[in-house]
Amino acid sequence: MLEIKNLSYVTPEGKIILDDINLTVDKKFVAITGPNGSGKSTLAKIIAGIITPTKGSITLDGVDLTNMSVTERARSGVSFAFQQPVRFKGITVMDIISIAAGRELSLDEACEYLSEVGLCARDYINREINESLSGGELKRIEIATAFARSTKLTIFDEPEAGIDLWSFQSLIKVFERMYEKTNGSIMIISHQERILSFSEQIILLKGGTIAAVGGKSDILPHLMNGDLKFECARRA
Amino acid sequence: MNGLNISSDKLSMLSKINVMAENLTGAFSLRVDGSPYAKGSSPNVTISAKKDLPGIDIRVKDGTVGEKIHIPVILTQSGIKDLVYNDFYIGENCDIEIVAGCGIHNHGHEDSAHDGIHSFHIGKNSRVYYSEKHYGENAPESGKNIMNPTTIIDIAEGGYMEMDTVQIQGVDNTIRTTKGKLGDKATLKITERIMTDGDQYAETRFEVDLDGEESGTHVISRSVARENSKQLYVSNVNGNNKCSGHTECDAIIMDAASVSAVPKISANSTDASLIHEAAIGKIAGEQLIKLMTLGLTEKEAEDKIINGFIQ
Repeated sequence: MLEIKNLSYVTPEGKIILDDINLTVDKKFVAITGPNGSGKSTLAKIIAGIITPTKGSITLDGVDLTNMSVTERARSGVSFAFQQPVRFKGITVMDIISIAAGRELSLDEACEYLSEVGLCARDYINREINESLSGGELKRIEIATAFARSTKLTIFDEPEAGIDLWSFQSLIKVFERMYEKTNGSIMIISHQERILSFSEQIILLKGGTIAAVGGKSDILPHLMNGDLKFECARRA
Repeated sequence: MNGLNISSDKLSMLSKINVMAENLTGAFSLRVDGSPYAKGSSPNVTISAKKDLPGIDIRVKDGTVGEKIHIPVILTQSGIKDLVYNDFYIGENCDIEIVAGCGIHNHGHEDSAHDGIHSFHIGKNSRVYYSEKHYGENAPESGKNIMNPTTIIDIAEGGYMEMDTVQIQGVDNTIRTTKGKLGDKATLKITERIMTDGDQYAETRFEVDLDGEESGTHVISRSVARENSKQLYVSNVNGNNKCSGHTECDAIIMDAASVSAVPKISANSTDASLIHEAAIGKIAGEQLIKLMTLGLTEKEAEDKIINGFIQ
């Protein structure tokens, strides 16, 4: 269970990005949604330790993560799949999946993770994670990497972006299989209606505060009707 | 075991430059501490000592395919200044591999130096894979390890050469010069990987003349400069015919190091197509963070990025 208490983030220039966020995440699939600039990605990066909050605390299964480094949080069970996957000259797909798994994987094991995201392992395993891979390919490798980690908490920052040729249904199946393996929480930042519909809990951020939290039956109708004035919910 | 009675410390130094005892059979040449130590020939490859200069001539018969020739050099005594000329005469329609390299173990107070001048004459339609690794190890306060390799390559019509050169540890000062001259439909591919640290200096100079029609070259240099080390990369590709040339210099700079890249391309024919790319920068912060989110420490992430970059 992830618990966030009184979490705020103000930029060095004084702009308030997140303002006194209080949140408990104990469901399997949780979506964070909200307009651009509402603080979604910042919240995810604070949980992963990439951004240091101005105040507040974060615990995961009772363990206080607040003062932990990115590495310590990763080792304590936090995974974070980037919105824009990072490219590396000289590091191969096999390398990154092995790093994620925390051990040297056999070819068969690595292939299994790539197959999960619909990539033909033989074509990818020895390729460098560089400019030769398309945005969509990188995104799927990023998801395979999170799968290889299979930690208590996995945060995906807009996992659907750029994977048009692969179906949403496949993406959702990956999340389900990941849950079977980890029994942890999967937190997905998304604007995508189908991902929101699939989530058990939806957190709506607006202007750095939580505008609404609830199950899909509570939140989705409001988003669809525009009651919550959330202009991005219908974006494909 | 080899039949040459080579001491274990020499074998250990040879292994650092990717040469094992079992490689010293057939056509090979081993040079130790400035003198020829052992050599051999095979039915298709003759290795003979030069009469007027230190070094050897390597002659490969037309049509030789699948042969691997090792010509390592090691220096184990401090203060040696070794200069050697190795000339390769490769016939037509060959497909061979050559493994060279120099390892210096310097535990004395004097500088040790090896200047190897390698000339390749590659016959029509022959393919040559050439790799060389330069490695040094010093005791604290010992003299410097200096290596100045010069490689001169002349490729006849339809010939192909791939050169893979690595220097990642223990060479204090190096000026590496590579010159290529390509005939019709000849191709030269060079990959260089360098890492410097401490107060080391590495200078690398490539000059390729694309004289032949449909000749082509691709020069790739990846380097890492750490601590107070300095690097200079100079490339000069001349397109003198219908040809293609591509040079890439990619460097990671760390600590108080400095790197300069001076890529030059000159087209002397309207059908020459030449590209150069040069990029120097520190390790991207997002790369470190990405690997840290996978559980590596910052130091582990840095090592992984560097090792991958110059592997």
